Amino acid sequence: MPKVLMKGNEAIAEAAIRAGCLNYFAYPITPQSEVAEYLSWRMPEVNGVFLQGESEVAVSYMIFGAAGAGVRVFTTSSSPGISLMSEAISYLCGAQLPAVFVNIMRGGPGLGGILPSQADYLQATKGIGHGDCRLLVMAPASVQEAAEMVMTAFPLAEKYRNPVMILGDGLIGQMMEPVEFPDQLKSEASNKDGWATNGMDHRGSTTRNLVKSLFLDAEQLNDNNLILRAKYERMKKEDVRWECWNTEETYDALIVSYGTMSRVCKTAISMLKEEGIEVGLVRPQTLFPFPEQAVRQAAQKEGCRVVLSVEMSMGQMVEDVERCVQGALPVKWYGKCGGDVPTPEEIIDLVKTTLSSL
Amino acid sequence: MQSEVMFAGFGGQGILLIGKILAHAAMEEGFEVAWIPSYGPEMRGGTAYCLVVIGDRPIGSPIIKNPSHLVAMNRPSLEKFAPVIKPGGVILNNMSLISIDSGRADVDELKVLTAELAADVGNAKASNIVALSAFVARSKLVSLDTLKHCIEEEFAKRPKLIPLNLKAMDAGIQAAQ
Repeated sequence: MPKVLMKGNEAIAEAAIRAGCLNYFAYPITPQSEVAEYLSWRMPEVNGVFLQGESEVAVSYMIFGAAGAGVRVFTTSSSPGISLMSEAISYLCGAQLPAVFVNIMRGGPGLGGILPSQADYLQATKGIGHGDCRLLVMAPASVQEAAEMVMTAFPLAEKYRNPVMILGDGLIGQMMEPVEFPDQLKSEASNKDGWATNGMDHRGSTTRNLVKSLFLDAEQLNDNNLILRAKYERMKKEDVRWECWNTEETYDALIVSYGTMSRVCKTAISMLKEEGIEVGLVRPQTLFPFPEQAVRQAAQKEGCRVVLSVEMSMGQMVEDVERCVQGALPVKWYGKCGGDVPTPEEIIDLVKTTLSSL
Repeated sequence: MQSEVMFAGFGGQGILLIGKILAHAAMEEGFEVAWIPSYGPEMRGGTAYCLVVIGDRPIGSPIIKNPSHLVAMNRPSLEKFAPVIKPGGVILNNMSLISIDSGRADVDELKVLTAELAADVGNAKASNIVALSAFVARSKLVSLDTLKHCIEEEFAKRPKLIPLNLKAMDAGIQAAQ
């Protein structure tokens, strides 16, 4: 298929269909409403289901129902909407159901604003819901990568029987870039007969499958949590993704940054290179699991004097960066979260000021 | 090599649309492109702008402090963005609505009566296409053939509008000469 020029939100919508997901429930919210607008006409074309729920809470339990019945299902929202869905996300984790959630982040807390933000990092990676639940969280930095991550998200959700989140900032949703899709639609992939409440007749079974997150017996609940924990540990081994950039040679400083912010940093790094200042970049593509080893190794490189966590938040990912660097080097945070994305010039100033202050 | 074009005016002038047509044309010519809208709490009659980045390498920052070129469709846009345009760039000044100059001696300022030229070919609403075409003819960021093709594609679902917009394109090209 030739390249097409699409908004990130539209590419996310089309990618889900091409991943074989024909069920979409959602409630509109800026800056991701184009996903719903697109799927309102596109889903009927492929005999899929488009349904606008009466609220994000309702939508999240429609997701629970569809996931429990064993079909591919996803929703999209933005920060306040995701907060409303967080109860059901915890239930999905507890009941081990696969689904995909896309959060195109806007500024917070509260209603905040509608401009780009990365301030839901801690919520997505550590505190998405009550109980010991985790999501596999992927963070795209371009429209093409957003589409690819959505297509990867469904099989990953099924591999782990756990929700997967795509965490993009508002610009990823609103920006248009060329995007290329595979020609073929992927059909429903894995066999879910072992656990899905999809009817007994077709599988010739007399045993009912049960989907639940309630375990009143202490031992059973602990066992369920051990199963979940084992899955989260497996994610760390098998599905951590990152990009290293300008890290082949030595550098004075290392930046850790993701999403749109990482692109601003790349431009700043290229401009600094022209002035003879070398800066490396590690861009986490999965935020949970976090690329711990990649960050640690990049920070340990001979000559590196400081690590900067650059993010559109008041200092969230920096906690993970500090954890990885383990005090070996100073770790600094830089960020903004009103909606103005820092410019390359700001990052250049930051690097120079930081290096001269050491 | 990378060029950035700021398209700015008020809501309803078709600012986002002409930015998209340029981005599409550059993509057709094999460039890397990004189209970045301002999507704040805007309304009809409020400010509207978008930035189109065109490059021969993957595009880094979508946030640009000093764009190469400006298409200013109203006075507040000219006042806001003209001072930050890089030296040597093209500034299209929509003279139909702007009574001042950019005040920049180090840029190529192209003044076009977009609304009058569009009205002459059939409808003043096509002034955005006049502006885009004049800008492309002067900046040569993409070929006029590709631009024509992309204008036709943009209006493919409303074919009645194609002849008007192609006439507006010709008027814009002439204005740039």
